[in-house]
Amino acid sequence: MDWFPLFNSLRIAAISTGIVLFLGIFAAYYIARAPRVVKGLLDVVFTLPLVLPPTVVGYLLLRLLGPRRPIGAWFLEYFGVRLTMVWWSAVFATVVVTFPLLYRTARGAFESFDETLADAGRTLGRSNTWIFWRVRMPCCRQGILAGAVLAFARALGEYGATSMIAGYTPGRTATVSTTVYQLWRTGDDALAFRWVMVNLAISAVVLLAVNLLEQREKRGVRR
Amino acid sequence: MKLCVKIEKRLDGFTLCTEFETAGETLALLGASGAGKSMTLRCIAGIERPDSGRIVLNDRVLFDSAQGINLPPQKRRVGYLFQHYALFPHMTVEQNILAGAAGKDRAARQTAVQGLIERFGLTGLERRRPRELSGGQQQRAALARILASEPELLLLDEPLSALDEHLRWQVELELADTLRSFPGGAVYVSHDREEVYRLCDTVCVLDGGRSGKKTTVPELFAAPASVGEARIAGCQNISRVKTEPNGMLHCLDWGVTLRTARPQKESTCFAGVRSRDLHIASGENEIACVVERTVEDVNSTIALCRTPGGGLLRAAFSKEEWIALGAPHELTLSVDPQNVLPLME
Repeated sequence: MDWFPLFNSLRIAAISTGIVLFLGIFAAYYIARAPRVVKGLLDVVFTLPLVLPPTVVGYLLLRLLGPRRPIGAWFLEYFGVRLTMVWWSAVFATVVVTFPLLYRTARGAFESFDETLADAGRTLGRSNTWIFWRVRMPCCRQGILAGAVLAFARALGEYGATSMIAGYTPGRTATVSTTVYQLWRTGDDALAFRWVMVNLAISAVVLLAVNLLEQREKRGVRR
Repeated sequence: MKLCVKIEKRLDGFTLCTEFETAGETLALLGASGAGKSMTLRCIAGIERPDSGRIVLNDRVLFDSAQGINLPPQKRRVGYLFQHYALFPHMTVEQNILAGAAGKDRAARQTAVQGLIERFGLTGLERRRPRELSGGQQQRAALARILASEPELLLLDEPLSALDEHLRWQVELELADTLRSFPGGAVYVSHDREEVYRLCDTVCVLDGGRSGKKTTVPELFAAPASVGEARIAGCQNISRVKTEPNGMLHCLDWGVTLRTARPQKESTCFAGVRSRDLHIASGENEIACVVERTVEDVNSTIALCRTPGGGLLRAAFSKEEWIALGAPHELTLSVDPQNVLPLME
């Protein structure tokens, strides 16, 4: 059994979780304090990928990043880099698809944060940066972490948009989910089943981690 | 220490309009909930921005709408004790207090924090988190954290209301010590008149977003000037009046004319009588009433009496006195002219 698809899936999921962590926290922090109209509008835009079919996300990404499309053509001309059909193309897909998961959990955590703690920090003479990193983030850590684990799990299993933008090239762009499809299509049922088992095991472990995190959070509040 | 506050801020349903000065004493802002007390503190601390006005602390202008000055909370040097103390839940007691001690070098900060831990009786609790402390310990930790930031003024927002009744006394004694030893002044927000009586020097009553004139605490209780002050000072019986010559007040709600020994003014349009100042005696200022119902309180019996004018009077009797009277259905109350309070709107 060639383990490349697992390695590829893991690196794609890890990179995209890192990016989404950064973007999601940033968006959630500013939207939690935005005026109501802006909040309502941006909230819809940021949550949309959660409900869109991944193939629609894939289609829209190809419209933007394809070699003959605006952004894709520009990159090809100035950097000589193709944005599609390489292993890291899948990162575009997983970032867009998993962003809402992190954004929504982080926003929930920020909104339930007790603002008087920030007020206390400010009256004690502490800077807003200090308050963000030393008070707000530690208090919201559990919620954000749970969101990150969910985003990682979702990125690991992403199929629709990934297959459109990165395709399936064995040993180059193959991921666990595209491999399962390919093996099933070519009739290699036994190997497909083994990959399905791998996928199930990883997903179960991840969900277990989410539950443990949430339990720890609840216990922390009760005590 | 000198603090001058004169601010206006529009809020949902009312406009907050407060004006007072303090000179190093503990000033109470006394008022019912929703009167704008906490909002006033938040404006002084810089957490909220008033629409207009001026706040000056020791010759430093903290806020001035005319000059466009609005110092951030970080630069105001004002300590704020929040109702639920707002200790950082993920930090230990020691880390919390250290968070207050900014700016100095590490060693100096550590020494200052150690001193505060000892002074506030937190030795042995340094490594605990706030949720592992009792309410009183939490308050001491919060006060230590505030003093570590070396403020020029203390703002206290209902500091005893989060505590259980039986804990409150001890914490109040400790708080009184802290207030006494603090070199700057303090503004103490509360809705509890007895707490204010015990802890504060001067008082400013906040009623519907407006602040009254600052008086000493004993003066407020002895001679409230307005209806709002009389209510908050615990005067339960208030009637509209028409003033007549020679200190006579015609009480419209009670249907009687009472004499007051206190000076009445042109602006006098209400009279107040405390329930414990109503007695059964013949003489001056008699009011013939029908007892409508009685309420048993912990230490007294309260009679709700229907007056000739139709309004109700609350009269408090000791339980023994009420039994000795034979729980009467009709009675004649009287009030010493010294205890008839002429009030303005």
